[in-house]
Amino acid sequence: MNKESKCSCGGVISANDPRFEELKEYIDSLKDSKGITMPVLQEAQRIFGFLPLEVQKFIAKEIGIPVSEVYGVSTFYSQFNLTPKGKHKIAVCLGTACYVRGAQAVLDKLAEELDINVGDTTPDGLFTLEATRCLGCCSLAPVMMIDDEVYAKLDNISVIPGILQKYYEQRLPE
Amino acid sequence: MRTISELQAIKDAFTAKRQDSKEIRVIIGMGTCGISAGATPVYEALRDGARKMGLDNVTVCPTGCIGMCTYEPIVEVKVPGKETVTYIHVDAAKAEKILRYHLRDGIPVSEYTIGGDCGSLTELDFYKKQNRVAIRNCGIVNPEDITEYIYKDGYFALAKALLNMKPSEVIDEIKKSGLRGRGGGGFPTGTKWGFAAANEADQKYFICNADEGDPGAFMDRSVLEGDPHAVLEAMAIAGYAIGASKGFIYVRAEYPVAVERLNIAIAQAKEYGLLGDNIMGTDFCFDIEIRLGAGAFVCGEETALIASIEGFRGMSRNKPPFPANKGLWGKPTIINNVETLANVAQIILKGADWFTSFGTAKSPGTKVFALGGKINNTGLVEVPMGITLREIIYEIGDGCPNGKRFKAVQTGGPSGGCITTENLDTPIDFDNLVAIGSMMGSGGMIVMDEDNCMVDIARFFLDFTVDESCGKCTPCREGTKRMHEILDKITGGEGTEEDVETLKELAQNIKLTSLCGLGQTAPNPVLSTINHFENEYIAHVKEKSCPAGVCKALINFSITDDCKGCTLCQRSCPVQAISGSLKKKHVIDQDTCLKCGICMNVCKFNAIVKE
Amino acid sequence: MDKVNITINGIALKVPADYTVLMAAREAGIDIPTLCFLKDINEAAACRVCVVEADINGVPMRNLPASCVLKVAEGMNVRTNTERVRKAVKMNVELILANHNRECLTCKRNQTCELQKLCDELGLQKERFDGEKRPAHIDEFSPSIVRDSSKCILCGRCVSTCRKVQGIGVLDFTNRGFRTEVAPAFDYSMRDVECIYCGQCVQACPVAALREKDHIQQVWDAIDDPEKIVVVQTAPAVRVGLGEEFGLPVGTPVTGRMVTALKRLGFDKVFDTNFSADVTIMEEGTEFLGRVKNGGKLPMITSCSPGWIRYCEMNYPEFIPNLSSCKSPQQMFGALVKSYYAKKMNISNRNIVCVSIMPCTAKKAECERPEMEVDGVRDVDYVLTTRELAAMIKQARLRFDMLPEGECDSIMGEGTGAAVIFGATGGVMEAALRTVADILWEKDLEEIEYTELRGLEGVKYAEVNLPIAGELTTVKVAVAHGTGNAAKLLDAVKAGELDVHFIEVMACPGGCVHGGGQPYVSAKKRMRLNPRINRANGLYDEDMRLPQRKSHKNSEVAALYKEYLGEPNGHLAHELLHTHYEPKDSYKIK
Repeated sequence: MNKESKCSCGGVISANDPRFEELKEYIDSLKDSKGITMPVLQEAQRIFGFLPLEVQKFIAKEIGIPVSEVYGVSTFYSQFNLTPKGKHKIAVCLGTACYVRGAQAVLDKLAEELDINVGDTTPDGLFTLEATRCLGCCSLAPVMMIDDEVYAKLDNISVIPGILQKYYEQRLPE
Repeated sequence: MRTISELQAIKDAFTAKRQDSKEIRVIIGMGTCGISAGATPVYEALRDGARKMGLDNVTVCPTGCIGMCTYEPIVEVKVPGKETVTYIHVDAAKAEKILRYHLRDGIPVSEYTIGGDCGSLTELDFYKKQNRVAIRNCGIVNPEDITEYIYKDGYFALAKALLNMKPSEVIDEIKKSGLRGRGGGGFPTGTKWGFAAANEADQKYFICNADEGDPGAFMDRSVLEGDPHAVLEAMAIAGYAIGASKGFIYVRAEYPVAVERLNIAIAQAKEYGLLGDNIMGTDFCFDIEIRLGAGAFVCGEETALIASIEGFRGMSRNKPPFPANKGLWGKPTIINNVETLANVAQIILKGADWFTSFGTAKSPGTKVFALGGKINNTGLVEVPMGITLREIIYEIGDGCPNGKRFKAVQTGGPSGGCITTENLDTPIDFDNLVAIGSMMGSGGMIVMDEDNCMVDIARFFLDFTVDESCGKCTPCREGTKRMHEILDKITGGEGTEEDVETLKELAQNIKLTSLCGLGQTAPNPVLSTINHFENEYIAHVKEKSCPAGVCKALINFSITDDCKGCTLCQRSCPVQAISGSLKKKHVIDQDTCLKCGICMNVCKFNAIVKE
Repeated sequence: MDKVNITINGIALKVPADYTVLMAAREAGIDIPTLCFLKDINEAAACRVCVVEADINGVPMRNLPASCVLKVAEGMNVRTNTERVRKAVKMNVELILANHNRECLTCKRNQTCELQKLCDELGLQKERFDGEKRPAHIDEFSPSIVRDSSKCILCGRCVSTCRKVQGIGVLDFTNRGFRTEVAPAFDYSMRDVECIYCGQCVQACPVAALREKDHIQQVWDAIDDPEKIVVVQTAPAVRVGLGEEFGLPVGTPVTGRMVTALKRLGFDKVFDTNFSADVTIMEEGTEFLGRVKNGGKLPMITSCSPGWIRYCEMNYPEFIPNLSSCKSPQQMFGALVKSYYAKKMNISNRNIVCVSIMPCTAKKAECERPEMEVDGVRDVDYVLTTRELAAMIKQARLRFDMLPEGECDSIMGEGTGAAVIFGATGGVMEAALRTVADILWEKDLEEIEYTELRGLEGVKYAEVNLPIAGELTTVKVAVAHGTGNAAKLLDAVKAGELDVHFIEVMACPGGCVHGGGQPYVSAKKRMRLNPRINRANGLYDEDMRLPQRKSHKNSEVAALYKEYLGEPNGHLAHELLHTHYEPKDSYKIK
């Protein structure tokens, strides 16, 4: 399969976006530190929400490493996003404690309800569904988090549609 | 801060304030687990309520993880001169009532306490067998207030080390204590420090490994959230001992609460002159920088962690050279995990002999375990080494819920293995766990009951390793994938006996030839489950059945003669796989059935069975 | 270096203490298999096929350590041939194979593949594991290099070479675990990134995951087209590489047989890039003297290496004015064939197909540069690598060992010793100095060997006293090979730490003799010999053998200027033989 180069970022950030200034200031503040690739990527993700080519190219230039290296780092760690995420992030804990208490069923149910695969975002941009490592609330297993809200003891997966409904209703009418 | 007496003065002032006070202290557990269980609105309700009611003598203090996660949110009320009252499962409404009756009128709301009894948590069986060293301050001090830590003898160990001990004496004391690394392999901490101390270098580093990644282990998070200064103090002591002036804490980004509290703690320690230049008026300078991980389990491995701090992909490299000789940026570097460090100040302060009075000869001290899975009392427990699993699971953990039969406990996370009933009475220490085919790891203990399929569990752990392998070396990158595929095949009902043999061969090879500890231990969950539960594997491949009834491809739901024909199952089935008319026995069409189990859950007559 | 006593498979050895077990085993005559290991470049201990069993004074080492990074120690006892080791090595190769596109019979690396060889040596008899494979990403957009992830074994040799040797870093590992791949950022095509097309990654690759873009069929088509006059030129370094493809020792010169082979393949005229290398010296030498005398931009930097040119355009655009405006010998040749030769023969240049045989993959990209044409006629039509020429010879079923020596055709077939040494680092500078010195001293100097410019030191310097405008002037020159070294040199110039007049840069380490298009030398072989040295020696021997060793003594070149071009750097020369450069960007956002 041949593939033309294309930016897979999904979003367009123009070169004179003022947020690059903000990122530059942060990078400059670290000029005395070593090994700053990760902190810079973390800050860039905080500022832009994700790490498209434009941002990675900028970082590579500013800290003097190849773009491929920035990309290599950004794809190694699971917390870096190359594409924009949904408005709400659903994270289902797949830590062992949750798993033995049925987290897989929770994840499957969500995938079915949202009609997306794990890791994907719904076409309306409302939800991103992710499986995550131990959230550290093993006593509440199985758990999921929607943004900062923890939903605990989801033994009965039939409650899930109701939980999602809340977020659908919050959406402002267009 | 220049002298011990200055430190003593802070402690004395705080003690005096506590003793004289008419202050009612309301302590609320606000570790991640507490917050997840809803502690924040409770905290706000109590704080704002007390203010509104004009209860000036009430202080609401957040603290770290109290340890008994099952009962979160937990609120403790300490009235001077009275016994502590502990409320459990508190919500905002209960908080209102506690405010009105207990805090204002002095009458405890006994219905919200444990079992209606007003007694403190420490009287529970859950606590009685525990002996808290590493998590001694968790759930007790306010982690955002350095004076509370000093009040608990905090930073006195650092003062003692800097002012009264030579670096070599500090190392000797740690060596004498027999403290072993709590993060995985159990390497003697003092010996490790000695390696770096012996190296001449213009710069050395000390790293605190707070990249706690074992699914199901959260003791490090608890320490960071509940007692961050204990880690900082230990790092400074270690820095002094090995001659490092710079420390890093590499912490999981998934622990925002811990990061925030560490930042506060570092700022306070600097303000008090307990970090920074010329600590306690000596020549010793030590700074700590926090670096966040970004979601890669392998970064718990020393060389991968170093690569990550250096700004690279967290890929392991060959050892030797060991980090103690060539570590961060090629300089001698020591890496200890959080729990290990949480013991250090106590050892310096109370002496190695005190420490060796707990635990076993080869594994002195205590160990924190995160108890989870199919167990009644989930939570964090710190027990002396040498305790048996039976004591932990039945006496502290109160056994499996719903009267289910205990099957196995998984320790050591994705690197560990299963321990079954036959070894429940083995005293737990580093070496015994290895001898029975598991390992200490970071101390996750996941209990499994008769409803858990061990082949499925092995598949779960392999799934984790395949995802978390750094991808550098062949056996770990390719081998774990093939193992996972075989396990998929077996749980999918397509496995053969030859597959089980291939699985063993792959496991052996990955153990023997992988580059780093992650790969070398990745096959353990498979080897261990084959070892203890070969019959389950055989059932899957020969009889094509899953004895625990987990593997969907191998189970069938059917309706027995107990069916009353109520039609509830028929109406509940998401795919209309059930047919039958009112008051007649229903039938499940096996080709349509998704094996979701909803019918079995809704049946009121236990007329649906899984086989 | 202190020595230590070890035993390997029962053989007692005394070896230097800094040896690895892999190196020590070689001395004991034991060949431990390797895949990811590439001496001095990639020592990652990643593939795990070099694992051994070892103990030190009877204390067994944990697991099976990788011998490529395991340092020897006093009292070490190594076993490479136990059941445990054999099984482990075999299984790791089986695991690599399971994720490898096994179209070996139709693969470009059939017979030169290091993985294939290893499978043969280990006696693998079946494809043991079959399951999911890494997705196949095949990037064929680059003019020079094809990347094929379905064949990649993730050894990292290309990643290290591009980053550590060339100082670029086009490729890195992406993703992790089973999804790991080696690719440019965002899976961009190698056409669109910082790649300079040097092909050092191709040289490093043990399999065919990185390979040159193939142009053999186009050349056959041209040869088979009766309308076309197909003219071929061969670069100096090809003649010391080609023989390796036919079993001759590394660095054996095969000029005469190569010429015969080209004629028998059906090329209408067999010429020599040496001819245009000599022209280059005339042009570049004149340009240099002009810059020195007229206060032009200095240091002047050579422009023969297209990889270097692209590197400069992308990374050091501020040095573009320093670049010689001369086209490379390949392009000069093309331009002259389609003007001078066409005119002399009275044929239409539109019927001429110019083919180059180059040790280089970047030359494929160079010939496609838009500026490389005169009046809409491309200078060069197709570029084949040394390896591709060998493939054509094999396809034509010529017995290379039985070919008689042949001679190039005139009027563009003569080359001097100065031209031959273009193929080794320092050669262009040495050739230039030979001519410039003669011109300035106005005599036929006898001391013409500038040995301080030879060899594999990363950056080399020389000072030459020359009479310029009546004054004895110390001309300082510098030579860098490998873009990593070039960057160091340019940084020093930029920082004002280095004051030189003339710089030679070759993109490949060692110069063209180790270009990306030269025959593969396996990592195993590279442990015991350095092909750069052997091949360069082959060129210097040729230089010694040739009757003329200075470019201005080339009689065909003299005729060219006399009959056609007029003066070096004259009007027609400028039109045909000079070009311009511009800054280039990578990772353009689409």
